[in-house]
Amino acid sequence: MTSTPASAGGGANAVEVRGLSKVFNPGRPDAVEALADIDLAIPVGAFVSLIGPSGCGKSTQLRLIANLTEPTTGEVLVNGKPARAARLDQDYGMAFQQAGLFEWRSVAKNVELPLELKGWDKASRHARALEMLELVKLSEFAGHFPWQLSGGMQQRVAIARALAAHPPLLLMDEPFGALDEMTREHMQTELLRICAETATTVVFVTHSIPEAVFLSTRVVVMSPRPGRITDVIDVALGAERSVDTRETAAFFAKVTEVREALRGIQPADVEPDIEQVTEER
Amino acid sequence: MSRSSRHALSLVWPPVVFGVALILVWELAVKAFDFQPYFLPAPSAIWDAFRANTSLIWEATKVSGLNALIGLIVGTAIGVAMAFLLARFRLVDDLLTPLAVALNAIPIFVLVAVFNNMYPVTSEVPRRLMVTLVVYFIVLINVARGLREVGGVYLDLMRSYAASDVTILRKVRVPHAVPYLFTALKIAAPASVITAFVSEYFGGVQNGLGSRIVSNIALSNNAEAWAYVVGACLLGLAFFLAAVALERVATPGGPGARERDEA
Repeated sequence: MTSTPASAGGGANAVEVRGLSKVFNPGRPDAVEALADIDLAIPVGAFVSLIGPSGCGKSTQLRLIANLTEPTTGEVLVNGKPARAARLDQDYGMAFQQAGLFEWRSVAKNVELPLELKGWDKASRHARALEMLELVKLSEFAGHFPWQLSGGMQQRVAIARALAAHPPLLLMDEPFGALDEMTREHMQTELLRICAETATTVVFVTHSIPEAVFLSTRVVVMSPRPGRITDVIDVALGAERSVDTRETAAFFAKVTEVREALRGIQPADVEPDIEQVTEER
Repeated sequence: MSRSSRHALSLVWPPVVFGVALILVWELAVKAFDFQPYFLPAPSAIWDAFRANTSLIWEATKVSGLNALIGLIVGTAIGVAMAFLLARFRLVDDLLTPLAVALNAIPIFVLVAVFNNMYPVTSEVPRRLMVTLVVYFIVLINVARGLREVGGVYLDLMRSYAASDVTILRKVRVPHAVPYLFTALKIAAPASVITAFVSEYFGGVQNGLGSRIVSNIALSNNAEAWAYVVGACLLGLAFFLAAVALERVATPGGPGARERDEA
C-alpha cells in the first residue's frame, strides 16, 4: 500500500460498483432485498473496510465483487472488467472467516493450489509457495498439514494462498472473526505489512470497529434492510501503523466517528468514549 | 524403547491381558462347573479341535473368504460408481437415496434365499451377490456423503479460482470423499465376511465356514463348530486389518494420520 491518501487515487479504480442491488428469491414470498442502490469506487492501493450490523449485506457485496453471486441490477467492475471476467482471469484472491485449507494437502500444497489451477509447472509453483510462506512467516511449516497448525497460523496460510498468484486485489470476509483478540491484533499488523510489501488493494468485511479503523484507508458504513451505504469515512492513520497506533487520540477519534455513523448520530455531538472502545476491543 | 513404541505398547497390553484373563476364566469355569461339551466346550478343547482340523478350516476359510472378497470388491466398485452419479445428478439422488435407506433398514440377508432360487445349487454366485449388495449400500451412502458434503467455503474458493465442476470434483470432492470411503471399507470388510457366512445358512454347497459351523453343530461336534467359529473370527479380523492397512497406505498425511498422532 502506498502512503497516498485513498481519496487521491489518480483515477484508476480496483473496484467500481454502480447502481447495484441484490434481491434473493425474487418474486417469491420469501424474497429478501439484501442490497439496494450501492455505488462504490475503490481506488487502487486502498484498504477499504465494509462495516455494519448483521444482515446489512456487507458479505453479499463482497460476494458480488467476487462474482460468487450475480447482482439483480447494476454492474460491478473489477480491474476495469466485468466481475465475471475478472473472476475467470483470477484477478483477485479471497480469504474467508474459515481458513478453508484442504486437509489432505500440506501447507505448501495448499498455497500452491491457485497456481496449480492456473497451470503453473511444479517447480515454479513450489518456489512461489515457499516465497509466500516466508511472507507470512511460516516457512518452517511448509511440509506440515493444516490440522497441525493453530487457527491464526491456518489463517496466515489462507492469506498466503490468496496472494500466491500475486492478484492485484484481495477480498476478505471477516478473516480474523474466529481468532482470539491477541492473535487478531497480531494478524492485523501482519496483514498491513503484507499488503504494503505486495502493493495489494484490499476489500475487507468486518463487524469490528477498531479492526476497520486500524486497517483501513477508508471505512464504508452500511445499514440493514435493505443494505445501503450510509457513510464513507476516510481514515489516515499513516502507512506506519503499529501497536502504539491503537492508543493514539486519532485512532480513538476515528473509532468514535465510525461508531456514531453506525448509530446514525452526528459525531460532533459526542465525546470520544475510551472505555467503550476498550470494551469493544 | 522409543516413546511412540512404548505408547503403542501401553495401548495394546490392556485388551491383551483382558482377553487372556477371559479365556482363563472360561477354561476354569468349564472345569469347575463341569459344563458338558454340547453346552460350552473349554477353550483347550476348541484349540485341540482347531489344531486337528487346521487344513479343513483353511479350505473352508478360503471358500468363505473368496466369496467375501469378490463381493467386497464388486460392491465397492458399484457403490463408488453410483455415488458419483448421485453426487452429479440431483434427480438420481432424489430417486435413489430414500430407496437405499429403506433397503438398508430391512434385513436384506433373506434375499439370499431368493438368489439361491435363481442359480444352480452348486453356485457360489448367490452368496457373492448377497455380499455385493450389503457392501454396496455401505459404500454408496458413505462415499456419496463424502462427495456431496464439501463445505461452502471450499466451493466458493474454487469458484474464485474459476475452477470448473470437473476440476472441483477432481481437486476437492474426490479427495474429500477418500476418508469416507475408508470409513465405509472398515465397516464393509467385516460385514462382507459376516454376510458370506450367514448366506451359507440358506443352503447351497456345504463348503464354507458358515456351512461347517452349522453341520458340526448338527453332529454335536461342538468343539469343532467352535474351531470354525475361531476361523471365522480370524477371517473377519484379517479383512478389517486389511482395510485399516489400506487406509494408512492411501492417506499417509491425512485424517488417519491425525488419529494416530492424537491417539
